[in-house]
Amino acid sequence: MTSDSEIGERLRALSGGSAVALRLDPHEYADHYFAALAATLRDLGPDSSTMTIYVSVTNPAALVWSLAQALDVTADRVWFVDAISHIMMNYRDPLPNATYIESPRMLEDIMLRVEYLLRKYPSPHPTVVIDSVNSLAIHNPPDLLSEFFHILINNLKSRQVLTALLVVSDDTTSVLDQMLSLVVDETIDLGRRV
Amino acid sequence: MADGSLPGGPPPEPGADRCPTGIEALDNILGGGFPRGHLVLVAGSVGTGKTTLTLEFLVRGAERGEHSLFLSVTEASSKLRQNLSTFEFFRPELVSSGRLVFVDIPVVYEKLGLDHEEFTLEEIDLLIRSIQGLVSELKISRLVIDSLTSVCYRIRREERIRDFMLKLSQVLADLNCTTLLVSEIGQTSARFSLHGVEEAIVDGVILLGNTRRQGDIIRVLQIIKMRGTSHSRAQYVVELTPIGLLMAPHLKGGQQEGG
Repeated sequence: MTSDSEIGERLRALSGGSAVALRLDPHEYADHYFAALAATLRDLGPDSSTMTIYVSVTNPAALVWSLAQALDVTADRVWFVDAISHIMMNYRDPLPNATYIESPRMLEDIMLRVEYLLRKYPSPHPTVVIDSVNSLAIHNPPDLLSEFFHILINNLKSRQVLTALLVVSDDTTSVLDQMLSLVVDETIDLGRRV
Repeated sequence: MADGSLPGGPPPEPGADRCPTGIEALDNILGGGFPRGHLVLVAGSVGTGKTTLTLEFLVRGAERGEHSLFLSVTEASSKLRQNLSTFEFFRPELVSSGRLVFVDIPVVYEKLGLDHEEFTLEEIDLLIRSIQGLVSELKISRLVIDSLTSVCYRIRREERIRDFMLKLSQVLADLNCTTLLVSEIGQTSARFSLHGVEEAIVDGVILLGNTRRQGDIIRVLQIIKMRGTSHSRAQYVVELTPIGLLMAPHLKGGQQEGG
C-alpha cells in the first residue's frame, strides 16, 4: 500500500528509459488525478537536474498549471504540450511554458513538440507525462493510437526518458490494453493506496 | 550495396564521401547525408518547406566550415537573409565571413546580358559557365538554386532543359559540389519537376507535400530516389522549428494505401 508521496518515490526508483502506467480509479478520479500531478510534477524531481514535459489532453495546460502551482511546482522545469486548448477555442492567454497543438488528432505533432522540447532544454533526467491515454482515445482510432504509443515510447526509452502514462482504469479498449502491456514496464495502481 | 553497408543495417559513419545535411533525422534516413557531389531535387508545392530545408542545409554546412552558396531566382536574397534569423543556430558571422553567400540570379542574368525571354543555346552555356565560375571561385561545396523551375521557365524546350541539366550536373560533380535544386510543383502533380526531364537526370529527389487525415493537413517528406546510397522510402511528418527541421514517422494506424 502506498501513500501519495510514495508514488513519487516509486517513480524515482525507476531507471531512465522506463515507461510506467499510472492507473486512476474512475470512482476516485479527482483525488487520484491530484495525486498523479503531485507525483509527476512535484515529487518526481524536486532538483534542477530534472525536466518534465507534460502532454495535456484531458485538461488545458492552464488548468493543470494552476493545480501544479498549488503544489509549489516551479515553472523553470515544467513544459507543457497542450493538445486540447486550440480545439476548445480556448487559446487566448497562452502560458509562457507551453507549446500548443491544434488538435489531439495531430499525434505526430505531439511527438515533434516533445522532441523539440527535449532538444531545446536538455536535461540529465527528463520525464514525459501523457495525460491521458483515455483522452487521446476519444479523438483517435485505437490502431492509430497504438502505433503512436509504440513509436513514441520506444523512442523515449532509447533516449533514457522516463515516460508516465495516465490511464483511467476500466476505460480502455482491448487494443490499447494490449499495446500498453507491450510498452509499459510497470503499472502503479493509484486505487491501491492507503 | 553502393555504400558497402548491409541492406537495412546501420548507416555508415559520415565520411568524406557524404555531405551531412545537419538535419539529424534526414541524415539518419539518408545513411549519413547526401553522397557528396550529388544533384538533388527538392520538390514540393507552395508552403511545404522547400526553401527552409535548403537554407538549413546551407547554414549547417557553413557551420561546419563548408562554403555555401544560395542562388535565388524567386525571392530577393535580402529577404532570405532576414528569414535566417528565425533559426536559433544561425550566426550572422557565417554571412559576414563569406562562408554563406547569397546571390540573386536576376543580377547574374543582367550582368551576363541574358535578356531574351527564352534562352538561346549560347545563353544556356553562358549561364552554366557562370555558375561553374562562382562555385569554383568561391570554393563552394554546397549549392542551392531556388528555384530550378524559374530557370527552366526561360529554357522552355525539353531537349534544352535536358542538355542544361546534364551539363550542370557534370560541372558541379567535377567540382564535388553537393547541390539542391528547388522544384515547384502543383499539389496534385504526378511529376517532381516542370517537364519531368529534370527528375530523370538528378541523383536524388526529395518530395515535400501536404496530406490529410480526418480533415487535418499534415506536412510530409519522402525520399523518392537517392543514387549511390540505401535510404528510407517511408513518409515522415515534418515541422519547421527555430532549432531546425524535425521529423517524425507518419502514422498510418493499420490503414492500407494503394493496391
